[in-house]
Amino acid sequence: MGLSVGIGHDFGRFALDMAFEAPDGVTALFGQSGAGKTSVVNAVAGLFRPDRARIVVGDRVLGDTDKGVWLPPHRRGIGYVFQDARLFPHMSVLGNLSYGTRGRGGRGDFARVVEMLGLGDLTGRRPRDLSGGEKQRVAIGRALLSRPEVLLMDEPLASLDTARRAEILPYLERLRDEMRMPILYVSHAVEEVARLATTVVLIDAGQVVATGAAEDVFADPDLAPRLGLAEAGALLTGTVTAHHADGLSEIALSGGSLFLPRVDAAPGGRVRVRIEAQDVILSRDRPDGLSALNILPAEVVAVKQGEGPGVIVQLRTGEDLILARLTRRSAEALAIRPGTACHAVVKSVAVARGNVTRL
Amino acid sequence: MDILGPEEWQAVGLSLRVAFWAVVWSLPVALAVAYVLARFRFPGHALLNALVHLPLVLPPVATGYLLLITFGRQGAVGGFLESAFGLTLAFRWTGAALAAAVMGFPLMVRAIRLSIETADRRLEQAAGTLGAGPGRVFLTVTLPLALPGIIAGSILGFAKAMGEFGATITFVSNIPGETRTLASAIYTFLQVPGGEMTVGVLIGVSLVVSLLALLASEALSRAVARRIGLG
Repeated sequence: MGLSVGIGHDFGRFALDMAFEAPDGVTALFGQSGAGKTSVVNAVAGLFRPDRARIVVGDRVLGDTDKGVWLPPHRRGIGYVFQDARLFPHMSVLGNLSYGTRGRGGRGDFARVVEMLGLGDLTGRRPRDLSGGEKQRVAIGRALLSRPEVLLMDEPLASLDTARRAEILPYLERLRDEMRMPILYVSHAVEEVARLATTVVLIDAGQVVATGAAEDVFADPDLAPRLGLAEAGALLTGTVTAHHADGLSEIALSGGSLFLPRVDAAPGGRVRVRIEAQDVILSRDRPDGLSALNILPAEVVAVKQGEGPGVIVQLRTGEDLILARLTRRSAEALAIRPGTACHAVVKSVAVARGNVTRL
Repeated sequence: MDILGPEEWQAVGLSLRVAFWAVVWSLPVALAVAYVLARFRFPGHALLNALVHLPLVLPPVATGYLLLITFGRQGAVGGFLESAFGLTLAFRWTGAALAAAVMGFPLMVRAIRLSIETADRRLEQAAGTLGAGPGRVFLTVTLPLALPGIIAGSILGFAKAMGEFGATITFVSNIPGETRTLASAIYTFLQVPGGEMTVGVLIGVSLVVSLLALLASEALSRAVARRIGLG
């Protein structure tokens, strides 16, 4: 059951005009602050009524301004996790969690959500006694327990520090994998989107710049500047084949094997690996006597010339696409152009733990 | 205590009863008006606000007289209440309660409105997204968050009702046992030669009750605010 959104609104300083589909899984609304992401989510929730909008979940119309339909938030069957948690201060954690359940949903539901988000020890506490990360987990649980058909998350990690973020991300991954529903996830952090997103909707100044499967969007050299050159990089899907005694895990990709510092997934498990374009070195010949463990045979698909001294090279290795960022000078010296056969070299330790996620 | 005779004790008891019922009756209305003033902007907003505050600035005698011509037996509302429900307000303790309620009304509305205005609307939005309709949001989120202000307003209204004099004596007179409240009793004994002693004691009683009410209001509001996690 998908979510379909079409919105038009004139804010004066910029106009919102976009349409996109969000299937089951995490659809990341990605863009700079002020691009209109929160307005979109608020329109889906019914908290903001744009000039024109048509919002449909499955075959249920939540709003259609042309037909004068605009359901109030409490009739929309949506769950909303706000950036600032918004727990009710006058209720316990349990009171907060139960607020949206009202008769619907059984004890099994409750136990499952509490287990999934690790809320068991928190239920008797008061919101003010919780850490930022705990608050956000409770807010997620509260939204889920209202049994929404769509989950909206507006930068749920933005107000947390790096450690708290790392604490919550695994819960969000479980959520994505266990809940079969569209999750609209607003973010301006590439790392979060790379880890969580099934689908990416790239937004700039109220318009959709690109939309598609996360792997496709991240592998598109033309979009790399929008993701931020320093953070651009392709997402590769592979299968863990072995954990070696020296602390490395071996991951089979379609074009070869990748050795990475111990990956948190059992052999046979599928993982997504984000390889940042600036961590990839290209070599025409298979390098010899090199410390880097990962050497993938590849073929150049496209070379994207930026404004600065750099170029982004898109390569195919097996079925997968990866991006490499190098200087124009190197690209010319190696005669890198579409069709060129070469080798992509990736240092194992360059791939941070946070860049590998279970699928 | 034998400093006060039965008649004086009666005045103290009557004042407490009048003040209690004045608050009980006016609280729901004050809550509704405060909510409307806090949450809605509409033509006539300023006028409604001014009307609510009128008893605060109008001479109490004038308020009492307006009550008399409206709620007296010959008054439009008073005549209707008497014929329809057999309810008489003029020159009854119930009338004293009405006068006290009207006089305390602005204070209650002000305190409650302030607390509703500071209640976090984003929490109401969150409740809405969890499936709660406007009524449930009001009862489970707005009201509990505004509780400190509601308590403070009620106690303030109670204290004001305890001390009400001008409107009360104009509307319901000064009938021993029926409408002679604390304030009216003090006034009466001031007219009687040698009544200074009784006046002194009655003023002492007023002082204690008022002070207790104000302290209780403060303490209770703070305790509730702490309990609901605002303090």
